[in-house]
Amino acid sequence: MARSLKKGPYIHYKLEKKVLDNVEANKKTVIKTWSRASMISPDFVGQTIAVHNGKTFIPVYVTENMVGHKLGEFSPTRNFRGHGGNKKDKGKR
Amino acid sequence: MARIAGIDLPRNKRGEIGLTYIYGVGRSRARNILKEAGIDFDTKVQDWDDDQLAEIRRIIGDGFKVEGELRSEIQLNIKRLMDIGCYRGIRHRSGLPLRGQRTKNNSRTRKGKRKTVANKKKATK
Repeated sequence: MARSLKKGPYIHYKLEKKVLDNVEANKKTVIKTWSRASMISPDFVGQTIAVHNGKTFIPVYVTENMVGHKLGEFSPTRNFRGHGGNKKDKGKR
Repeated sequence: MARIAGIDLPRNKRGEIGLTYIYGVGRSRARNILKEAGIDFDTKVQDWDDDQLAEIRRIIGDGFKVEGELRSEIQLNIKRLMDIGCYRGIRHRSGLPLRGQRTKNNSRTRKGKRKTVANKKKATK
């Protein structure tokens, strides 16, 4: 179910502040965050955000198309390496 | 022959049903179109006169994306999801359900025919 429009999009306040600081200073430093539920607002475009997937931070370069999605969508939490069988192929990817 | 949006409509069906042969028009949209055109739902497709046909064509042309246009829009939306590399895009790429359904079994619509794994070892007891 979609979030109420009255509240506006959810962005973790610290993350938002960091992004805005970055935009203001015209910097492109990577911002680490655990806040996977935060919506990508238009301010994020061009920034690189390292989104935690429960284990590591996945760097996500934000493009215009991503606006309106949540950060977590770009940082998969599961790593499916395929079913057994051919041992040669295992461990790749 | 009633030809709308590049599709031949079945002649001997009621208008409400006949319109649903167009991709992008279902029952409810068909009713809305007929209501706006002032045609009875129960009039058979073959009984529409040329004015009514033109009116229906106009309503569909102005109001809705149908057939090829709609298909390409859907494809573009899917392509967008795949290009930005978000979760739904990844699921599209790997041909699995997008909305959190289980994949242990079922979801055959997305996964296609069952692929049996040959020589799968029997569980030893």
